[in-house]
Amino acid sequence: MKIHEYQAKELFRAFQVPILQGHVAKTPEEAQAAFDQLGGSLAVIKAQVHAGGRGKGTFIEVPAQRGVQLVRSGKEAAEAAKNMIGNRLVTIQTGPSGSPVHQVFLEQGCQIARELYAAVVLDRAAMKPLLMVSSEGGVDIEKVAEETPEKILREHFDPAHGLMPFQVRKLCKKLNISGPAAKNADIFFRKLCDFFVKLDCSMAEINPLVITKDDKMIALDGKITFDDNALYRHPDIKELRDVAEEEPAELRASNSGLSFVKLEGNIGCLVNGAGLAMATMDIIKYHGGAPANFLDVGGGANTQQVTEAFRIILSDANVEAILVNIFGGIARCTTIAQAIIDASKEVGFKVPLVVRLEGTEVEEGKKMLRESGLAIISADDLTDAAKKVVASVGK
Amino acid sequence: MSILVNKNTRVICQGITGKSGAFHTKGCKEYGTKMVGGVTPGKSGETVEGLPVFDTVEEAVLQTGANATMIFVPPPFTADAILEAVDAGIEVICAITEGVPVLDMVHVYAAVKRSKSVLIGPNCPGVITPGECKIGIMPGYIHQPGKVGIMSRSGTLTYEAVWQTSNLKLGQSSCIGLGGDPIVGTSYIELFERFEKDPQTEVILMIGEIGGDAEEKAAEYVKAHVTKPVAAFIAGRTAPPGKRMGHAGAIITGGKGTAAEKVKALEAAGIVVAPSPADMGAAVAEALRRKK
Repeated sequence: MKIHEYQAKELFRAFQVPILQGHVAKTPEEAQAAFDQLGGSLAVIKAQVHAGGRGKGTFIEVPAQRGVQLVRSGKEAAEAAKNMIGNRLVTIQTGPSGSPVHQVFLEQGCQIARELYAAVVLDRAAMKPLLMVSSEGGVDIEKVAEETPEKILREHFDPAHGLMPFQVRKLCKKLNISGPAAKNADIFFRKLCDFFVKLDCSMAEINPLVITKDDKMIALDGKITFDDNALYRHPDIKELRDVAEEEPAELRASNSGLSFVKLEGNIGCLVNGAGLAMATMDIIKYHGGAPANFLDVGGGANTQQVTEAFRIILSDANVEAILVNIFGGIARCTTIAQAIIDASKEVGFKVPLVVRLEGTEVEEGKKMLRESGLAIISADDLTDAAKKVVASVGK
Repeated sequence: MSILVNKNTRVICQGITGKSGAFHTKGCKEYGTKMVGGVTPGKSGETVEGLPVFDTVEEAVLQTGANATMIFVPPPFTADAILEAVDAGIEVICAITEGVPVLDMVHVYAAVKRSKSVLIGPNCPGVITPGECKIGIMPGYIHQPGKVGIMSRSGTLTYEAVWQTSNLKLGQSSCIGLGGDPIVGTSYIELFERFEKDPQTEVILMIGEIGGDAEEKAAEYVKAHVTKPVAAFIAGRTAPPGKRMGHAGAIITGGKGTAAEKVKALEAAGIVVAPSPADMGAAVAEALRRKK
């Protein structure tokens, strides 16, 4: 689960990760009031969306407006907020349709001496959390990783005792940070790693992380992703979920316990198991088709879930055919067959339906489908299924 | 021969009184697995499928001589259950549970590696040596004793591969589902090491997926240390970057972990890579032919 920058900063404050003063605003009037409340002669107004690349992003409705802007008066803040709120921001990460902006965040300005990059992630290879710090802040870190990987410093740490002081000393030495700034770095990095562990993050990225002219170290941005599996122990964080940021069909699927990802093609897929679901997308492509989605109904799917899965697939106007691929293990073929029959009664299939069943109770399942009188194209194996479904949209 | 489990393996189920635990204990027992008991704290004295239930793993081991366990306890308690099994000296631990917090697994992984136990999973279908011992949720009847060692991060895709190799009359020595999470107890490399030493295994099939670099590392290992023929398939060639494909581990980030990169690494190591999931069995047969 992802959260907004302003939410991340509230959490940073609670964990003593240094940040600037800031206020969230939902209307231009609130933005103006927020500017006045900050009390400075300058502030930064930032559109709140989960996607990155906001500074260079533009609004569909107001192309001249960027996602991040310096403002010098309450009036300027209100004006920028008016351009942002209710409109859609397009960045390199949002796709062409952009993300809707429902609130903005106003933050104090500061005197920047250096911009760094910091992120804590889970390193799968080392099976440990990893702090990455780079002298190249404020830029596309993936580019840095590719072109000058030596500029990214890495320190693994044990979540049981967190990042050790010597590790920060190593980092400071290499980054040429000394004096009071080094002391602040010790606080910053160790608090950040503590934050990552205590809140079960899967990523905490700060870009840029700045050192101010008076040697403070401050998180100017905050991009946090939480481990969904650990949300049960953080009910307060669960509350921060913003469903407006999620693809509607994906949201609907997750509410029914289905795993769904929307894609650009025209062949809907309904599969049990994540690996088989991916492989089903692959084989459709292999035979010249294009999958419209990834959909895993899971091992213990019941009739209601499968019916909902069909509804979600059919709600995509691009879908011209559906491929059902089930290898029954725990999930029985008879359950799936019954769900297909029920779903057809309820939602009706106006597009060709290719079904491949294998595994537990396969003969009974196939018999149920034959006797249902539904216009189902049955397939014997994966290749047969893929070829038939690709052929059915080619007509 | 086989790897990890065989007809002498004595298995308990942690979480045996739960719905899934009871259901799959029955399934494993019917398959012929030597199920010897189960554990649910506070329920000692009860029986499930005629098997005794104990309060602790320690007690279960003492009373039944169990040396393997399958874990069905809910995610918040899975780390505790795995560590309890490690503490009791269980040799093979299969954690079937899906949805374990990843930071829990950081601690568990470190503890398992300090012990003599082998952990398979979490979020996996389990382990099977066809005709001898099934620990987990896979449909037993699709398997056939034979020569292919199969390992995979995915459940149903493994069934597909098993089905294809059974249809080709190759059969399987042992099949292991490693699990779909970012941190799992056992790597491909550790299993390659075991399959290489196992006389029954004549050919090895690795089923990988996008995300991480476990498949690339396995390819390096195969090139240097494996003399048996190896085939592979990578799921997720069509997956878009940044989107998680069901498994927490299956995500392409920062241009890394793509299927194309993985296939390249595998082929460079002399591994026969199936172009489509329908060709996994054929790739195994091809790998066997090439080696002769």
